[in-house]
Amino acid sequence: MSANAETFQTRVEIKDAGFALWLRQIGAILRLELKKNFFGKRSLLVYLLALMPIGLLTLVELINPIGRDTNQLPTIFSIFYNSMILRTVVFFGCAWIFMNLFRGEIVDRSLHYYFLSSVRREVLVAGKYVSGVLTSIVLFVTVTVVSMLIVFFSHYYTTSTRFFFEGAGIKHLFWYVTITVLACIGYGAFFLIVGLFFRNPIIPALVLYGWEWINFLLPPLLKKISVIHYLNSLVPVPISEGPFAVVTEPTPAWISIPGLVIVTALVLFAAGTRIRKMEVRYGSE
Amino acid sequence: MSTSENKIVFDNVSKFYGEILGVNRVSLEIPAGITSLVGPNGAGKTTLMNLMTGLLRPTRGRLSVLGIPTDHPEQLFRKVGYCSQFDSFPRGLTGREFISAFLMVSGFTRKQSDELTERALDRVELLPAADRKIGAYSKGMRQRVRLAQSIAHQPSVLILDEPLNGLDPMVRAETIALFKQLAADGLHLIISSHILHEVDMMSDRVVLLNNGYVVAEGAIHGVRDEMDVEHPAQILIRCDQPSVLASRIFQHGEVVEARVHDDRHGLFVKTRNPDQFYLSLNEVVAQGQITVESIAPVDDDLSAVYDYLIGAQ
Repeated sequence: MSANAETFQTRVEIKDAGFALWLRQIGAILRLELKKNFFGKRSLLVYLLALMPIGLLTLVELINPIGRDTNQLPTIFSIFYNSMILRTVVFFGCAWIFMNLFRGEIVDRSLHYYFLSSVRREVLVAGKYVSGVLTSIVLFVTVTVVSMLIVFFSHYYTTSTRFFFEGAGIKHLFWYVTITVLACIGYGAFFLIVGLFFRNPIIPALVLYGWEWINFLLPPLLKKISVIHYLNSLVPVPISEGPFAVVTEPTPAWISIPGLVIVTALVLFAAGTRIRKMEVRYGSE
Repeated sequence: MSTSENKIVFDNVSKFYGEILGVNRVSLEIPAGITSLVGPNGAGKTTLMNLMTGLLRPTRGRLSVLGIPTDHPEQLFRKVGYCSQFDSFPRGLTGREFISAFLMVSGFTRKQSDELTERALDRVELLPAADRKIGAYSKGMRQRVRLAQSIAHQPSVLILDEPLNGLDPMVRAETIALFKQLAADGLHLIISSHILHEVDMMSDRVVLLNNGYVVAEGAIHGVRDEMDVEHPAQILIRCDQPSVLASRIFQHGEVVEARVHDDRHGLFVKTRNPDQFYLSLNEVVAQGQITVESIAPVDDDLSAVYDYLIGAQ
């Protein structure tokens, strides 16, 4: 062990302050978190989840390759996107990614290294959240795009090419991608705060899942207290929610998009307040 | 600079885990130098350290480290390094990546982080293993990489929870030398350990804890002196005529008890006033007849203090 004092004589000071410093710190957190999110052991489940719709669609196309009315393809994809991609893959994928941002570190007993760094805890929340958003967007936008391509292009190449390059195809793709991105942003914030507040975040996640599924039955005011209501408003091909659905006017995009972003910001603010007071007590977790 | 700006100050701090007591009504002012927290398991040593570093928040009371409240990590950890007991690490990182990554999280640039990482790894002599995954490290190496991580940003206060655990005797001695050097550089070192002779060897001050309460604090000898009334100081005098010495020194009032050693070449003496006793002993020896080989206090160390204050409970 080197007891040489020389090494400690030249002090190295942290450069910058305020926003420039926070950006650099967020960058450092991103590097650590993205590596974990994409290559950690926990990422395996997200990859399996992300492959599910692609595998399922491939299987369906192999078993039942022809015979569909090509005019119905946008509706078929809309139903598939809504039930399988948005409500299942994106929802549970975000739950897994974002709840593990803090909860996973508590389980691994490594959160204290962040808490022992000279970084504002709010900046830590921001860094981890951005890492979750980037991870989920990369994975689930890929799933959305690939799924759409499989539905349209596996057997109906000519019609689909026309739909994409002369019709509304690209516009549909844009909105599905936008919805996926917004879902990652909205659900991500919710699951991040759930991971901070609850020792067992599965229960609140299932409660939200149930709430999102029964959204079509809710009265107009309650509908608005959900993520799915705003996302459904953006779907390019609206789908019927069945005979019992309470029909309401879809929220216009200029309200639903900023609204979701504002709610997300508020949730992140609450997460920042919570983490400021958070203790590290692995033994009691 | 005001007093609290160069000390670690606990002002009537209590911490409860629900209904379970962590520490209670702790008031301390810890100056620069090596301060050891000593006490049995569950005494509250780690709780105190976690409070100092903001990993825990006090239920009652206030505390600050060099004038910085512990709920401001962005300021606190520019001056504080904590080598905790948690033997866990972020997965998949090498020793070098681990230290460098968290320096960058603290706001150092990549260049600065690389430089500081190199210095810290060098200081704990872990450079040869720096590019191996931490998962493949031995317990001693993991302890050293944690130590390197806690000193890498050049803190003024270094808090070390059982830092000698898992180290082999050679590295242990070198680590103690490093701590002494850091203290000589003006750092505050707060160390918890249950190996009393090591604490005795390196500490300037001790804080004795038991069941969440501070039982005693101060320089080891100062703490021992305060116990002289209840536990008179024991001194062993190696000499050729212990019985004669016993009869002579009893003529002086300071001796409470004297007992001849089993090998009949020494005398145990108990006194409540060691300084006065040594003067009297000089007089006796100066008279001739008795040849004294050595004089040594028997219970003027941390182990004895610990036994008297905590061991008996």
